[in-house]
Amino acid sequence: MKYPYFPGCTLYTKAKKLDDAGRECSLKLGFELDELKDWTCCGATFPLVNDQHITMSGPTRILADTKEQGNDKLVALCSVCYNVLKRTNHVMLNDEERRAKVTDFIERDYHGEVEVLHYLQVLRDEIGFDALKEKVVKPLAGLKVACYYGCLLLRPVKEIGLDVMENPTIFEDFIRALGGEPVEFPYKIECCGAFQAVHSMDTATRCSRDILNSAKDSGADLVITTCPLCQFNLDDRQPEIQKSDPGFSSIPILYFTQLLALALDLSAEELGFERNLIDPLPLLREKGIVS
Amino acid sequence: MGELIELTGLKDGEPTSCVAVFGDHTDFESVPVDRRVMVIGAGITGITSAIDLGNAGYQVMLVDRLPSVGGRMLQLSETFPTLDCAQCTLTPRTVESGQHPNVLLKTSCEIEDLKGEPGDFTVRVRQKITYVDWNKCTGCGTCIQKCPSKSIALFERDAGRMTAIYTLSPQAVPNKPVIDADRCRYLTKGKCGVCAKVCPVDAINYEQQESFFEAQVGAIIVATGFDIYDWKNKMPEYGGGKIPDVIDGLTMERYLSASGPTAGAIVRPSDGKIVKEIVFIQCVGSRNPEFHKSYCSRVCCMYTAKHARLYKHKVHDGQVYIFYIDIRSTGKGYEQFIQQSVSEEEIVYLRGRAAKLYQDGDKVMVQGADTLTGKKIEVAADMVVLAAAMVPNEGARELAAILGLECNKDGFFKEDNYKLSPVETGRQGIYLAGCCQGIKDIADSAAQGSAAASKALVFLSSVRRQKQEAV
Repeated sequence: MKYPYFPGCTLYTKAKKLDDAGRECSLKLGFELDELKDWTCCGATFPLVNDQHITMSGPTRILADTKEQGNDKLVALCSVCYNVLKRTNHVMLNDEERRAKVTDFIERDYHGEVEVLHYLQVLRDEIGFDALKEKVVKPLAGLKVACYYGCLLLRPVKEIGLDVMENPTIFEDFIRALGGEPVEFPYKIECCGAFQAVHSMDTATRCSRDILNSAKDSGADLVITTCPLCQFNLDDRQPEIQKSDPGFSSIPILYFTQLLALALDLSAEELGFERNLIDPLPLLREKGIVS
Repeated sequence: MGELIELTGLKDGEPTSCVAVFGDHTDFESVPVDRRVMVIGAGITGITSAIDLGNAGYQVMLVDRLPSVGGRMLQLSETFPTLDCAQCTLTPRTVESGQHPNVLLKTSCEIEDLKGEPGDFTVRVRQKITYVDWNKCTGCGTCIQKCPSKSIALFERDAGRMTAIYTLSPQAVPNKPVIDADRCRYLTKGKCGVCAKVCPVDAINYEQQESFFEAQVGAIIVATGFDIYDWKNKMPEYGGGKIPDVIDGLTMERYLSASGPTAGAIVRPSDGKIVKEIVFIQCVGSRNPEFHKSYCSRVCCMYTAKHARLYKHKVHDGQVYIFYIDIRSTGKGYEQFIQQSVSEEEIVYLRGRAAKLYQDGDKVMVQGADTLTGKKIEVAADMVVLAAAMVPNEGARELAAILGLECNKDGFFKEDNYKLSPVETGRQGIYLAGCCQGIKDIADSAAQGSAAASKALVFLSSVRRQKQEAV
């Protein structure tokens, strides 16, 4: 089974490991991510103002391309791309006036025909977590995982609809399928600070600190995420947190596809852990997941 | 013409003690059908309608699905804005409804079907299984004292336990117990039978079957009341019912009630410790058109202020925080009540909606914002009380279908005209009163109860006049 795939810019650069592992795993799970031809940036943020149409031209063009290349689905791995594409498609389906304005401008014929899916959704709804469980080679036994959702994977729920907004479980179900142990922690849907990192580093540091403390208090060994920006904030802020709180012990932040790759017995050397600021390898060795 | 309907009152030699003898002291079928009214729902609204109609010389069948009358008000502690005891004000009314010569109580009953036409309805009623022969039962209460099965019961709203054979309150009218089949050891496991053994008059009947009867009435008043929004399943941000020390306002009433399960002590459900720091959150599920109910539940501002004050009266050094959107205190004496709460009881009002609750150790963390200062707020509370939205009582839509009434999108019965005929429906001879028509407080509910009674009287008199003219 081939799924048209939209990687997005970050997955070609900083979040390469999210992308690599995702592609490798899909082959092991019996599907293929078929990269969309000539894709462009998704726009990275969804226009929140009703009369702002120009920022929707990019994602709409991507969706129209997808349709014209003969597809009715489009898979994304990055939370941000997923959010922007899914919400743009929601406008295309439900707001005729705005749809017409955008598609007239980019001179394309598009009416929301493409279903935007997140990779996790493919695992849950198309492969099935039970089937995934059967394909696991090295179960993540004894590994306590804090499943961090962040905002963009879930909100706004009426446009995204991936899971229950206030208490999602898709990520936990995924970890259980891999044989790991998800921990329940109250900050799993709090904001990581997002783009605040650009102009108010303190805010981002504080947000990350609260999330990480909450995860550790709940007994987590590591945190997983789907979002390059969340991964960056949570990973990269840790030395700063340590400066103000010397008692803070670091915790590795992984992409969910990296953990999936380990459970499917892909080589740890190819998973790009050297790019993680907080090295997960000592922990993974200790747990017997990596030799 | 002009015949006076005889008040078929107590017959000679009948007991007149406060142990209510129900049913057998009335003579429901002794009057023509256009002098009989059925009131569905025996809360304060329905009771008010029934007593008014009874006093006017009409025969009333007062039906409720619960084993005794009193409705929601029976669960309340003290009432705003006067802080008088709900049971003290209600009990004289419940007793009166039980003893009224013209009011026939039919509790543990549900409406099954309606036939006929305005002025001459035939209502089919299902008498639910009580497992107790009420004709034999004297209401001595020995069975309740000896029942070994105590568990969480609906009436106490998780605040306390009740025996499997129970009455809803010590002053229940009628004062006859029923068995909750789901919690009874004999009925679930086949072993026990204590109540049957101790009953001095052999009234326990585990083999009882449900029965049906038909009542002919000229008019019907619907007063089925309200329930609390299902926040436990619909609001995961407030713990989804999984944090034991997060309760709703109606449960708080049980804690505050002197005759409640804790005898009025405000203790944490989790460990029984006295609550020292308490957070109230208003508009939980109300005024939230995007995800929950779009309407304002109207009474929460007032009862939250009342809860806060009653709490302070019991725990003098306790700290109270109330998260609110704005304060709606439009009744007589209501605004003064709020002002007093703030100035005299040192209750801290924080303008903002609480975003999230979670358990942290033995505290409930409340995350919110004070929108007046623009600051994020976190409170570590011992207990959190949610002023959850009020919704129509369970089964309202089904009853509407039986009676041929309409409901609005939230399930409240539709009145004929909200302003000018608020208790009349699209169907002649059927009237609405109380919270089943829309959320209101006790004062408004009682007023509507009387209004519905008078509308029923007007209608039935006109039916009678037409008949006479036809003759």
